[in-house]
Order: sequence, then structure tokens, then C-alpha cells
Amino acid sequence: MDYFSEGLSRAVALLLALDPETFSAVWATGMVTALALFVSLLLGLPLGFGLGHFRFPGRRFVRLFVDWMLSLPTVVIGLIVYAFLTSRGPLGEWGLLFTIPGMALGLTLLGLPIVISMTATAVESTDSRLTDMVLSLGADRWQLLLATLIEARFAMALAAATAFGRIVSEIGIAMMVGGNIKYQTRTITTAIALETGKGEFATGIALGIILMVVALVVNLLVGLLRGRSNGGQGGSGGLGAGGGA
Amino acid sequence: MRKLTLMLTLLAALSCAGTVFAAETILVGTTTSTADTGLLDALVPKILKATGLEMRWIAVGTGKALEHGKNCDVDILMVHAPGAEKKFIDEGFGVSRTEFMFNDFVLVGPVKDPAKIKGKPVADALKAIASVKAPFASRGDDSGTHKMEQGLWKTSGLPLPDKESWYIGVGQGMLVTLRLAAERGAYTLTDRGTWISFEAKDHGRSGLVILSEGDKVLRNQYSIILLPPTCAKIKHEAAKKLQAWFLSKDGQQAIADFKLEGKSLFTPNAAK
Repeated sequence: MDYFSEGLSRAVALLLALDPETFSAVWATGMVTALALFVSLLLGLPLGFGLGHFRFPGRRFVRLFVDWMLSLPTVVIGLIVYAFLTSRGPLGEWGLLFTIPGMALGLTLLGLPIVISMTATAVESTDSRLTDMVLSLGADRWQLLLATLIEARFAMALAAATAFGRIVSEIGIAMMVGGNIKYQTRTITTAIALETGKGEFATGIALGIILMVVALVVNLLVGLLRGRSNGGQGGSGGLGAGGGA
Repeated sequence: MRKLTLMLTLLAALSCAGTVFAAETILVGTTTSTADTGLLDALVPKILKATGLEMRWIAVGTGKALEHGKNCDVDILMVHAPGAEKKFIDEGFGVSRTEFMFNDFVLVGPVKDPAKIKGKPVADALKAIASVKAPFASRGDDSGTHKMEQGLWKTSGLPLPDKESWYIGVGQGMLVTLRLAAERGAYTLTDRGTWISFEAKDHGRSGLVILSEGDKVLRNQYSIILLPPTCAKIKHEAAKKLQAWFLSKDGQQAIADFKLEGKSLFTPNAAK
């Protein structure tokens, strides 16, 4: 049990002392997560929406493929991305191996299926009466699309929160593609793995606490934004906040 | 959309480059023992002062480090598995291999010593362990230490244990393996550097002690390997500069001066 109390006090000490190693790991984690989440949402929300909203041939197959990709182990993603990014690999020219953007690329592959799948499910499960009602009120296709979008927004926020959680806590891709280089690609999770491997359990726990604090701050900020944009509608807001927590 | 993501990626890359790459960095592919013991951390400021190079590293098992070298993903290699290194050079993946320091391996085990190996030469110790089927924790990760251990079974005239119930293939770093050995009361082979830092952390209460040491076959030789010009994009000049520093009087002295818990871990031995 010593590890926990020692870990807690060390976490506070590291944060108060503005420890450069810790802060560079926090920065790397934030940078990688922001990049990967941004691209995942940018591509995943429209794709997921399209997949859930439109009926087209082969749709079931695409859906199956996306859900299948949810099971892809992160170590395998890491290996595949490494094979592409290594100097002798097809994308070696880009020089992305052992860099933040390279890690973000791998983590995007992790986040994208989550965002697509959850968004598609959300759009699919919007009340079918909504469609009837909106159409009976004389809406055109675009207005229907907009109404569905508004209806599904909280579930989409949940998709984003889930993807954020997976990306920020990921370690296999970060280790394999990032290389755990001090002051460069060392994220909080790879630092935890390193400290644990060195037998510095308390420091590992301290970093774990810091990661959770960072995640809490992000979730609170998102919750705050959501609460503000949707002040009057208490019921739906509660659902969204529940998802984000 | 693709253009936008690419631009963002580039932007992020540039911003990293701008903030972190103040001095020229050199990326060393190395093994966990040089990093975990703190040797590299201690050398960074000295190297920066002497050569203007900011040393960074990817610390993995020797097998993976050599793979990184093969793929030209690092600028220089610093590893400790002479057999695998020579093969690496012969296959044309490296141009030169220079020995520059060593430490040694020790055989550690539970204080109770069920196989009675204390003070025995390594070959006899391993035979005793195998004959009483005492638990033995192996790195099992193709690292330099793992290769050394496999070689020792071979030179002791024993078949390489694999599926035997007493032989534990850990598949992780040295400290994890040591901790596992302590928990399970197992014997294991470790480099002395990692052993000293392990023992210091546990204040000698781990229940493991050194049982066999000093045998000539237990020397753990570290070498620097330069990568060939076919690795077009790596920093060849910086790599040569770093190699020269490690072989120089200053570099060799810095290695000798590095101490953990008051004990020297590595012995410099660059050819004069």
C-alpha cells in the first residue's frame, strides 16, 4: 500500500516542482492525443454519419469491417505502422518514425473505427419517428440530415470521449512507433512502463495519477462547453455529461 | 481534407523540431541495461559539452535494437551480443564494430540456494540447477542477456531448456525478470549493473543474492556499431563524432567515473 501514498505525494511533488521530464511527457501525450483525436473526428464523424444515415449497397459489409477493426490489437497497429514508417518502409521518406506525428498516425488508426462505429450506431438509432415527423412538417433532405445530426450530437460526443480515452491511455503504438525517447516521444503511458520496468513503482503510480488528472481536466472542459451550448435542455445535457465522465 | 491533415502533421512536426532540436541530436539504438542503470543519462551533458551532440536513445532488447539498425531507423548502435553483432556486420548491415566497455554477468538466486551452486563455476552451477529442477527465470526476449544465457547452457553441455516446467521465460526487461525471480525464488542471470540498481532499491531485502560470479565466460562486452552509407538519411558524421568520443580518453574516463551506489558498473576497454 506504500506505493499508493508514496505515488500520490510524488505526483503532487512532480507537478509542483514543474518537473521538466514529467511536463514533457504530459506535453507529448497532449500533442499526440489532440492530433490523433482531431483527425479521427474529422474523418470519422462524417464517415460514421454517412454509414448510419444512408442506405447503399455493401453497407452491411462496411459496417462489419469497421466493427471488426475495433478488435485490432494496438501492438499490431504499432507493428503495421512501424513497417510503413521505417526508413526502409514504403513511407520511410516521410521521416515520421519516432516522431509525434508518426505516433498520432498510429493512434488515429485506433480512434477512427471507434468514432465511425459509434457515430453510425447513434445515427441508426435516432428515433425513426423523427424522420416521419420532420418529413411530414415539409422538410427537405438537407433539413432531415440536420435534424438527425442535432438528435445524434450527444451520442457523437460520447464517441469522441471514448476515442479520447482509448488514445490517451494507449501504450503499444506509442512505444513501438514513438520509441519512448526522452523529451521527445516519451508520453505519460510509456514513461509509466519505463518507470515500472525500472522498479520505480511509486513514480509509475504518480504518473498514472497525473494522466488521470489530465483526462479529468479535459472531460470537465468538454462538459463545461456542452453545458453552455445547451443550457436549457436539461435532460439531454445530463445524458451527454454522463457519457463524458 | 487530406491536405489539411498533412499540413497539420507537418506543422506539428515543425513545432517539435523547433522547440526540442536546439543542438544537433543523435539517436542511439541501445539496450535496456545502458539506459536503466542511468549511464546514458549521466553521459548526456558530457557528450553535449565535448561534441555539441544531444544524445537521445531508443532502449530495447539487443534483438530489436539490431532490427532498428537494419532498417536505418537510428543513427548508431550500442549493443552487447558479440555473436549477433558479428553476424550483423557480416550481412552488411553495419560497417564497423568497436568494443568500448564491458561489465559482467552474475548468477543470482535465492539465499536458500536449493541447487547448492554458491561459489561454483557457471557451467557446474547450471548443471546443478537443471538436475534438481530448481526454478530458473530467463529473459526470453532475444536480448543480449538472453543470448548470453543461451550460450552458457550450450557451453555447459546442456540442452537448451525450453518447455521444462522449472524454466520460466519472462519475455521482459532485466528488472522485471529479477523481481519475478525474487517472487518465485528462482535463479537468474543478470548483468551486474542492473543487479546493483535492483539490490539498492530493495535494500538487499529481495531474498536474492549473487551465487556465482567472476567466471571468464561471464564478461559482457559492449560495442558501438556504425551503420553503412546505404542508410542514406541517418547522421553519419554525428555518429562518427559520438563513436570517437566514446573511444577517447575523456569518454573512457567518463564511463569509469559512472557509479551507482558507490560501485562502478562499467569498465572501459577501448583498444588504444
